[in-house]
Amino acid sequence: MSSTAEATARIAPRSRGRRWRPSPRATSWLQVSPLAIILVTFFALPTVIFLVVSFYDYDRVGIYPDFLLDNYKELLTTPATLRVYLSSLKFAFIVWGITLFLGFNIAYFLVFHVRSRAVRTMLFLACAIPFWTSGIIRTIAWIPFLGRNGVFNQMLQGVKLIDQPLEFLLFSPFAVCVTYIHLFTLLMIGPIANSLAKIDPALLEAARDAGASRWRTMVDVVIPLSKTGIALGSILVFTQVMGDFFVVKAMSGGQSASIVSQLATEIQAMQYPPAAASAMILVLFVAVMVGGMMRVVDVRKELVR
Amino acid sequence: MTARDPREKRPWTFYALATLMAVFLLFLYGPMAVIYLLSFQGPDGGVTFPMVGTSTYWFAEILKPGQMANIPVAFGRSMALATIVSIITVVVTVSAGLGFRRRFPGSAALFYLAVASLVMPSLLVGFGIGLGFKLFDWQADLFTSALAAQLTWTLPFGLFAMFAVFNRFNRTYEEAATDLGASAWQRLRWVTLPILMPGILGVAMGSFTLSYDEYARTTLVAGNRNTLPLEIYALISSATSPALFAIGTITTAVSFLVICTTLAVILRMQRRRATRSRLA
Repeated sequence: MSSTAEATARIAPRSRGRRWRPSPRATSWLQVSPLAIILVTFFALPTVIFLVVSFYDYDRVGIYPDFLLDNYKELLTTPATLRVYLSSLKFAFIVWGITLFLGFNIAYFLVFHVRSRAVRTMLFLACAIPFWTSGIIRTIAWIPFLGRNGVFNQMLQGVKLIDQPLEFLLFSPFAVCVTYIHLFTLLMIGPIANSLAKIDPALLEAARDAGASRWRTMVDVVIPLSKTGIALGSILVFTQVMGDFFVVKAMSGGQSASIVSQLATEIQAMQYPPAAASAMILVLFVAVMVGGMMRVVDVRKELVR
Repeated sequence: MTARDPREKRPWTFYALATLMAVFLLFLYGPMAVIYLLSFQGPDGGVTFPMVGTSTYWFAEILKPGQMANIPVAFGRSMALATIVSIITVVVTVSAGLGFRRRFPGSAALFYLAVASLVMPSLLVGFGIGLGFKLFDWQADLFTSALAAQLTWTLPFGLFAMFAVFNRFNRTYEEAATDLGASAWQRLRWVTLPILMPGILGVAMGSFTLSYDEYARTTLVAGNRNTLPLEIYALISSATSPALFAIGTITTAVSFLVICTTLAVILRMQRRRATRSRLA
């Protein structure tokens, strides 16, 4: 196509910078190195540190290098551990189910039903903005709403639906679930909407033309094509609930504890080795669950092109 | 999606989902609206309705030095920390985003490291860093250990956002720049970065607000100087008064301001670009 003159003109300015040019691979390494260094130093290394400390010996004064399995033995044989894991898992599954339902339907609505781009952006922002308010504030926001004399009870009494205020609303497992859903539904909406937006609408039309019902189209076309988003959202919600420290403490009224709030108590008592052992178990648990979900869906293929 | 005839009859699912959306938004904003209202509670009012008059008494209460934990100072620290976090996050993730466009040995490992850092229970990150500092006998501080703890959260977030930004980027612009004789640096400075700028600003805003509201990662490593969320947390355990809601209202207003400013800048940028391309 191009003449020789054009070709030389194209090459000439390039060859000026030829003095030192790293290979593409080296360039990539250079570009990702700050990220790699920070994550290794401040994430991987500290994780190794508490792995090591979890085998240490301790008393009321300090911690001593050792290789003991006692911290783990003690942790795994107390019934309290099992109880708190079960209670956290229960919350995680309830919240996961509800946020998945809400997140998928809302994402579907935003992507396929809303026709104007401006309205879609606005609605999406409306969902996203509360996410940028402190989780602590959003948690305590439920207190005047759900309390015995709270807005919700007053409303129900106002329309004569109930005579006595409902007591189970605040400082209960119910309150914990409500708060989690309030905090984390966006983590579902975002990734699922991202997956749905990549589906070519022509596919849905094709399914309809081929005689598929709305339900069949959903099950056989939309859900398989959005499973990356579903997996990503599920991972985020699940890990947030398992790692929660504040919500259960503030909203359950002391009826249940979370794994991390128990751990925090140990940290405050300076019992670092048992806290580290407990942290290690939690990390393993979360890693296995997340690993399982990533097995089902290759999240990386979707994100990095 | 937009090609369809707008007069086409909506299926019943549209109305069902629209109702769900509306209920969800009410659910999202209802309790928040309640605390915004209650923060204007009169001086004699409590933490629930009814309102005993309206006043800005509780806002003044926050600003009074010594009265409560030092909210204005903590606010300043939070802003400073969030600014630094945001700058580092943008620089590091833009660079990493560029790097990840090629497959390189170790890219999978680094990707999963970032995923792990994102899903790690937040408090444990602070715990690990705190332990490390203790072992080396370093003093934990806001701009060392707390900064590091927050980066383990904002960097993966920023990285994944940058992936989305780069996915939408059309590489033919870069090829055109190279063909026209641009050096690698010129190409980055005058072609790639300007095109990516709205996404980059989004990452800056996102990481700013994530840092500004962060609690669980920071709490064990902040040293002696508390950030605003840490002060709020301390207040919750000690007292309940509408002052708490006033703080909530103010922090929301700040987040909102940051979001709106960023969006306005992005919109202006896009509009200017649109006019320019129309002129060309």
